Amino acid sequence: MKASIQFKLNDKPVTVVADDGRPLLWVLRTDLGVTGPKYGCGEGVCGACTVLVDGQAVLACQTGVKEVIGKEVVTIEGLEKNGTLHPLQKAFIKHDALQCGFCASGMIMKAHSLLSENPTPSRQEIIEGMDENLCRCGAHKRIILAIDTAAQDMRGERKS
Amino acid sequence: MKNKETARQSFPPTASSLKLSRREFLKRMGLLGGGVVVYVSVGDPSSWAQPPTDFNAFLRIGADGRVICFSGKIEMGQGVVTSLAQMLADELGVPLTSVDMVLGDTLLCPYDRGTFGSLSTKYFGATLRQAAAEARAVLIQMAAARFAVAPERLSVRDGQIIDSQNTNRKVTYAQLTRGKRIERHLTHRVSPLPASRHTVSGRATGRTDARQKVTGEARYAGDIRLPDMLYAKILRPPAHGATLKSINLEDVGKVDGVKVIRDGDLIAVLHPYPDEAQKALDQVQAEWDLPDAKVDNRTIFEHLLHSGPSEEIAADSGDIAKGKKMAAQNFDSTYLNHYVAHAPMEPHTALAHVEGQKATVWASTQTPFGAREDVARTLGLASRDVRVITPFVGGGFGGKTRNQQVIEAARLATLAGKPVQVAWTRQEEFFYDTFRPAAAKFGHRFAKTPTGKGLGLACTDYKGTYVATMAEVEVDKKTGHVQVARVVCAHDLGEVINPEGARLQIEGGITMGLGYALREEIRFKGGRILDANFDTYELPRFSWLPQIETILVDNPAMAPQGCGEPAITTMGAVIANAVYDAVGVRLFELPMTPQRIKAALKL
Ligand code: FES
Ligand code: FES
Repeated sequence: MKASIQFKLNDKPVTVVADDGRPLLWVLRTDLGVTGPKYGCGEGVCGACTVLVDGQAVLACQTGVKEVIGKEVVTIEGLEKNGTLHPLQKAFIKHDALQCGFCASGMIMKAHSLLSENPTPSRQEIIEGMDENLCRCGAHKRIILAIDTAAQDMRGERKS
Repeated sequence: MKNKETARQSFPPTASSLKLSRREFLKRMGLLGGGVVVYVSVGDPSSWAQPPTDFNAFLRIGADGRVICFSGKIEMGQGVVTSLAQMLADELGVPLTSVDMVLGDTLLCPYDRGTFGSLSTKYFGATLRQAAAEARAVLIQMAAARFAVAPERLSVRDGQIIDSQNTNRKVTYAQLTRGKRIERHLTHRVSPLPASRHTVSGRATGRTDARQKVTGEARYAGDIRLPDMLYAKILRPPAHGATLKSINLEDVGKVDGVKVIRDGDLIAVLHPYPDEAQKALDQVQAEWDLPDAKVDNRTIFEHLLHSGPSEEIAADSGDIAKGKKMAAQNFDSTYLNHYVAHAPMEPHTALAHVEGQKATVWASTQTPFGAREDVARTLGLASRDVRVITPFVGGGFGGKTRNQQVIEAARLATLAGKPVQVAWTRQEEFFYDTFRPAAAKFGHRFAKTPTGKGLGLACTDYKGTYVATMAEVEVDKKTGHVQVARVVCAHDLGEVINPEGARLQIEGGITMGLGYALREEIRFKGGRILDANFDTYELPRFSWLPQIETILVDNPAMAPQGCGEPAITTMGAVIANAVYDAVGVRLFELPMTPQRIKAALKL
């Protein structure tokens, strides 16, 4: 059913007129031109489309746009604040935690949600928390390092 | 621009006026205000497979002092956007931040056969250095004339030319080139600097594309938007070799916003939203005649041995009879190597825009110039009227070379009269993947009795790169599960341009090799591909990750070699050897799945 759908996207209120059964991923990528979240599998098994809804990581390919009405959606484009990168973004750069970069947006958003639930994750907890996100280029080792660095940074334990 | 701090990849946005006037060309090159540009010598047979068209530059130094590198290579994760810029920065004596890269744009870049994994730095880098050396020589000549001194007295540093006998006397590239336009063709008469004089190469430099990729700013083919564009979803057969018996397109044609295109074998549903196009396509009823092919991933080996085209010889050298006599021990075994998928995270994607006799295509491809020819041939256009632009590619691994999606987009855009995006689903990606055997060097083995420690070793010489890999594994005898605890991998890469980049590539190769060695295997039956997504076709995950150590043997005397792939090729052997060392059974079939390990243990 076509509906006027309102939610907050990267700190700004947005309204889209769309069939409310459509997946959030495509509404973001086409209607709203926010292309950071990527399509990797379309079936909830790769994590490339991960975004935050009210701070929680969700798979945008598996989320109907009507489920985010009135909520706060944050994509990779929304992490940089006033020209300052988020500690996760800085840490991914610092550790070269990407190659082709196609998984990076989903990885960072997933890690964001992980760190908000557990600001002091062990290496094992990072591995478990990130295990559903796939990276074909094999940047895993550096992604773990980057998440660990970002966690320390966010706890104020290191200067970046 | 936010991104001033890093070298960046830029994509000239315009889709029209492909036949550039000379003035327009110079304007695009940023040369109206002056500068130095080095072109490919037309018809130079030593570096190019085919004479490039006239307007292809390697690099230009603008009157603003910025250096632009034009390369037909593409960036798919292997890091050329960084390593090529490093080479250029060294040769020209400019900081890395003054170098911009334009990659994979067939209008602006010199002809290139394609980006195949690890070989870009090795082959293209040498020519690029040459071009940069010539540009430097031109600048030094200009400065020598200006100062009225011998060119030998001058050296370059930080984008300036300095008189070594009077260091107050210096001039920037920008000052030198302002208002003058110097155009050179590559002559190969000037020598590039020796590795000992490189200051940017060989040092840890972050990837110059990292910032764009962690902010969502990086554009891949599927991220390009044009006004009025449509998204196409194409009807696919259930199996290779299936033929269409009947189809009803009437109902779908009535769906609001849907446009149906049928052109021979190409049947597609187009819509302003990709998900709506997919939904509409899913409603289409089609009946197919299936081929009578029985072969599957288990019987394929027998099939190949009996009926297949006789064995293919990949490389032929040495004398096996002589070798057998000299060897301390001989083994005779059949090794089975299942087919694996390339499975880049970004499926094949293209956006085509056809205007009259001209076409522009944004493509996820490793062969932009091949794509240009394909589009020209398909649409009956002249090659020069087709421009292929390659944004960042989300992984390729050798699988994005055939450009089927580019041809589909070009055909549909012509028929629709609007720009059309074709982005394959994951299922299409698996269906059309050009599967390859997992590992070339599975058969390595060393004679020794198992120690129970689970240690393995394998070595290879892969296209000039020497690699030695050691692995430590734990095998759960009950479940057959293999956990690789540690991998140490040493490479002799010649001169290492970007050490962190090289390590990153090697770690990637090791991880990919883990998948091929342990789990990845495409299952098919007849022409059907049974794996359609990552739920059944398992890629390596975080939880598989061993401790990885990489060792780079510093060898600046040798020209830079490729890395990434060589590591992959050792993984099957090293893990098989480590499994043997751990539990005393030798596996002859890849991947070494828990079932196969268990079966081998029971024998
Ligand atoms: S695209 Fe959503 S999980 Fe893969
Ligand atoms: S960096 Fe390419 S998929 Fe992760």
